[in-house]
Amino acid sequence: MIRIVLPAHLRTLTGAGSEIEMEIDPPVTLQSALDALEARYPMLRGTIRDLHTRQRRPFLRFFACEEDISHQGLEAPLPDAVCSGAEPLLIIGAVAGG
Amino acid sequence: MSKVRLLVGTRKGAFLLTSDGKRKKWKVDGPHFSGWEIYHLKGSPADPNRLYASQSSGWFGQIIQRSQDGGKSWEAAGNQFAYDGVPGTHQWYDGTPHPWEFKRVWHLEPSLTDPETVYAGVEDAALFRSTDGAKSWQELSGLRGHGSGPHWQPGAGGMCLHTILLDPSDPQRIFIAISSAGAFRTTDGGQTWQPINRGLRSAHIPDPDAEVGHCVHHIAMHKTRPGTLFMQKHWDVMRSDDAGDSWQEISGELPSDFGFAIDVHAHEPETIYVVPIKSDSEHFPPDGKLRVYRKRGQEGWEALTKGLPQKNCYVNVLRDAMAVDSLDDCGIYFGTTGGQVYGSADAGDSWTPIVRDLPAVLSVEVQTLS
Repeated sequence: MIRIVLPAHLRTLTGAGSEIEMEIDPPVTLQSALDALEARYPMLRGTIRDLHTRQRRPFLRFFACEEDISHQGLEAPLPDAVCSGAEPLLIIGAVAGG
Repeated sequence: MSKVRLLVGTRKGAFLLTSDGKRKKWKVDGPHFSGWEIYHLKGSPADPNRLYASQSSGWFGQIIQRSQDGGKSWEAAGNQFAYDGVPGTHQWYDGTPHPWEFKRVWHLEPSLTDPETVYAGVEDAALFRSTDGAKSWQELSGLRGHGSGPHWQPGAGGMCLHTILLDPSDPQRIFIAISSAGAFRTTDGGQTWQPINRGLRSAHIPDPDAEVGHCVHHIAMHKTRPGTLFMQKHWDVMRSDDAGDSWQEISGELPSDFGFAIDVHAHEPETIYVVPIKSDSEHFPPDGKLRVYRKRGQEGWEALTKGLPQKNCYVNVLRDAMAVDSLDDCGIYFGTTGGQVYGSADAGDSWTPIVRDLPAVLSVEVQTLS
């Protein structure tokens, strides 16, 4: 079981709680986690990854175990602590303001 | 008893403002989609409870929302806007070819007869249509492919298709406008298109009366006279009486002929409204006075000021932020970038702020409900 934390606006969009728990067959990667997330919540399609390029939207980041894993390949395995549910996969929106 | 519902899109959410036919007391409902830009929302003329909304953000991209109960509840619909075939290129700001890239939906225009059919005008400029209630979208690619597309170039606000007018007398005829390419017309339901910009003159392009390249800001039509079009261009207010084949300037003695919004009185097809804005670099009213100008037929422009701020006002009124209701005493509404929504229940003679402190208003539409 893995845990995913969405930015506030995507939590509102999905109606999900503060954390989403999902069972995903190993090996768990960013791609399989995002695919499972979008399958459960179709309204998220296009909000995290561009619909056409399938690339991460530029103002979002993926954090896990206090590391920025945004630039690791989508097929790279997620850390063991994330795969076991000990640590969440955080999807973070860039800060903005002035 | 008639009822009026305003659909207000803002930089940080959507608001629904409702009143009875007297239009004196208003209920404010919102924000819906708090924190998201709502470029536009509009109700289906065939089913007033069916609403469509364009929800977008720099972080999360484009969402389309749909309501089947007049805005009480919403559901996310389809947001895949894929250009037909190989997208090709248009001109970039420096004149180099630039690939067509979808950015957002500027305008949603529901069909006049079918609640399931809705058109979307998008940036980079293209027209899409859904016939399944916004679940899926197909591009009407004849517009980009008619020939001049590779020469289109964005203005400072982006290359957006922002105006969609459906002809009530001919379902095959549609008018659209693009900043900054110009106006276009189809007479076969969107398969083929032709530019309709003859008579426009724009000093910002090398050939001022070129076939395309004009920064059209908005076009309005009265439903009983679909061959007569009124245009607020970047500069100049224009009129066509031959469905866009030719245009004549009617700016007259306006204090500025720059502006964004233009609309037509619900019951007087020769009465139009604009909000003059000082210039393209000063997006606020001349002299700090917020004035709507009304023109009745061949008469000159008349400043409508009662109830509007006449000093120290430096807001803008954007292209989709003016609408008219169809009650016997025609109501007119507009929203400002300062967050005010003003309403007039007497065709513009007097105005009252309905709300004063919303986020910057991007669009205002109105539904007249029985």
